Amino acid sequence: MDLAEIYRAEYGRCVATLARFLGDINLAEEAVQDAFATAVQKWQAPPPNPGAWIVTTARNRAIDRLRRESTREARHAEALLLHHQDEPEEVGPVRDDQLRLIFTCCHPALAPDARTALTLRLLGGLETPEIARAYLIPEATVAQRIVRAKKKIRDAGIPYRVPAAHELPDRLPPVLTVLYLMFNEGYAATAGPLIRTDLCAEAIRLARELAALMPDEPEVLGLLALLLLTEARRPARLGPDGEPVLLAAQDRTRWNRALIAEGHDLVRRCLRRNRPGPYQIQAAINAVHTDGDATDWPQVLALYDQLYALTPTPIVALNRAVAVAEVHGPAVALAVLEDVDLPGYHRLPAARAELLARLGRNAEAAEAYDQAIALATNETERAYLRGRRAQT
Amino acid sequence: MKQYLLAVHYVEGAPAMSDEETQHMFRETERINQEMVKTGTWVFGGGLLPPESSTVVRTGQGGTTMTDGPFAETREHLAGFWVIRCADLDEALAWAEQCSRACGPIEVRPFDELSQG
Repeated sequence: MDLAEIYRAEYGRCVATLARFLGDINLAEEAVQDAFATAVQKWQAPPPNPGAWIVTTARNRAIDRLRRESTREARHAEALLLHHQDEPEEVGPVRDDQLRLIFTCCHPALAPDARTALTLRLLGGLETPEIARAYLIPEATVAQRIVRAKKKIRDAGIPYRVPAAHELPDRLPPVLTVLYLMFNEGYAATAGPLIRTDLCAEAIRLARELAALMPDEPEVLGLLALLLLTEARRPARLGPDGEPVLLAAQDRTRWNRALIAEGHDLVRRCLRRNRPGPYQIQAAINAVHTDGDATDWPQVLALYDQLYALTPTPIVALNRAVAVAEVHGPAVALAVLEDVDLPGYHRLPAARAELLARLGRNAEAAEAYDQAIALATNETERAYLRGRRAQT
Repeated sequence: MKQYLLAVHYVEGAPAMSDEETQHMFRETERINQEMVKTGTWVFGGGLLPPESSTVVRTGQGGTTMTDGPFAETREHLAGFWVIRCADLDEALAWAEQCSRACGPIEVRPFDELSQG
C-alpha cells in the first residue's frame, strides 16, 4: 500500500480515535494531519500497522501542542488527555470511535447538506476542493458548511457517542441516508459526467465499514448490498458515447461478478433475519435484476409492492410502475402513473413517454419527451432523451 | 453540564386551542416540570402573556424611549420557555420531544459558555 491508500483507509479511523482523546474534532484533524506529514518524511516503507503509528504519533503531537499553548481550553483538553493516559495503551484506531464519529457527523440536528460534507471530510479524509468538485458546488460553500457544522457540534453539545439501542430507529436512518445519497450523487450525477466514481467508491467503503461495525443491523447490510449490486452493473451502464444503456439491453458479461456474489450473499443474510426494511427490499430487487439471464419481473413487482407498503413515496410509485409495465403491460402502467405526482422531476415524464411510445401514441410520447428534456439537468441524459424522442 | 433554552412559540392568527387541548397542555407541562425538577434538569421556566402585553425599552443619546408591543416584527413570538441543565444536546432533544407533545414546536438553543452554570 502506498501512502495515499493508507491515508484513505486510515484517516477517518484515526480522526475518530483522536477526537475521543481530545474531545475536539478540529484538534483531532490537526493532529492526524501532522502525523501524516511526519509519516511522509519518516517512512522508508509503511510500518506493519500504519493506523497505530498514526494514532500514537498524532497523540504525542497533540500533547506537545497543548503543552505549548496555554489557553484555558487547551489546559482542559490536556487534563482530559492525561486522564486517558491512565487507561490501557491503545494499539491503534478503535472501532467504536468510528461509529461515534459516523453518528456525530450524521446527527439529525445538523443540516442534511452539512452531514454529507462532514462525513466525506472527517471519515473519508477528502479535502474541501475534492468535495466541491464531486458535488459541483463552490469550494467556499463546502468550507462554510463544514465550519458551521463543526461549530454547531461544539456549541450545541452534540455528543460523541454511539446511540443506545432504543435510539437507533431514529438515529440510524440519517446515517444510511448520507451514504445512500453520497453513492447516488456519484452514480446518477445531477450534472456533469454521468458517473463520478470517487463518491461511489467512498460511499461503498464507508458502508462496508458500517456493516463491519454493526453486523446485526439488517438495514445496514441491506444498504451495502444495494450499493454493491448497483455498482456491479456500472461497467455495462453506459454505452461507448457515455449514453445510458437500459437494463434489458446491458451486456451482462460486463457486470462485476464478485460484487454481485457479495451482494447476493448479503441479501440472503438479510432474508434469514426476516426484519425487512426499505434498503433490504431495494437490495432484493437488485438481486433479482442480477440473477440469471433475465429479470424475473413478477418477483420484482412483488418486492415493489412490499416496498411501496413500507415507504409510499412518489419515487417508489414511479419505479414500481416500470415493473407494472413489464408484468401487466404499458397501458396498466400508464394508469398507475396518472396518480404519481413528482413536480420538476424529469424521470416521470420520461417514463410516461416510454410507455406512450410502446402503445404507439407517438404524438403524446413526443410531448412527454419534451417535458422530460426540459426538466433534465444532466446533458448526457438530455441527449439520450432527445435520441429517444427522435425514434418515436 | 450545559444549559439549553427550550422555547415555545405562539403564531399570530393560528387557530385557538380547544379547552381540551389547553387542559392537555397544562397537564403535560406540569408533569414535565415535575420530572425536570426530580432529575435535576430544571433551572427555570414558565409561560408568557401575549406579545400585546410587551413593552420595548431603548436607551440612546436622546434618552430612553418606550414603545408598546413586541420587539420582533414577526408573526411568531416567544410564548414560554424552559431553561434546563443536561449533559449534551441529545438529552436536551429528548426533553424537547416531550415538551413538543405538550406545547407544539420547540426550539432548542444552547447558552454560551459564559452562562454554563
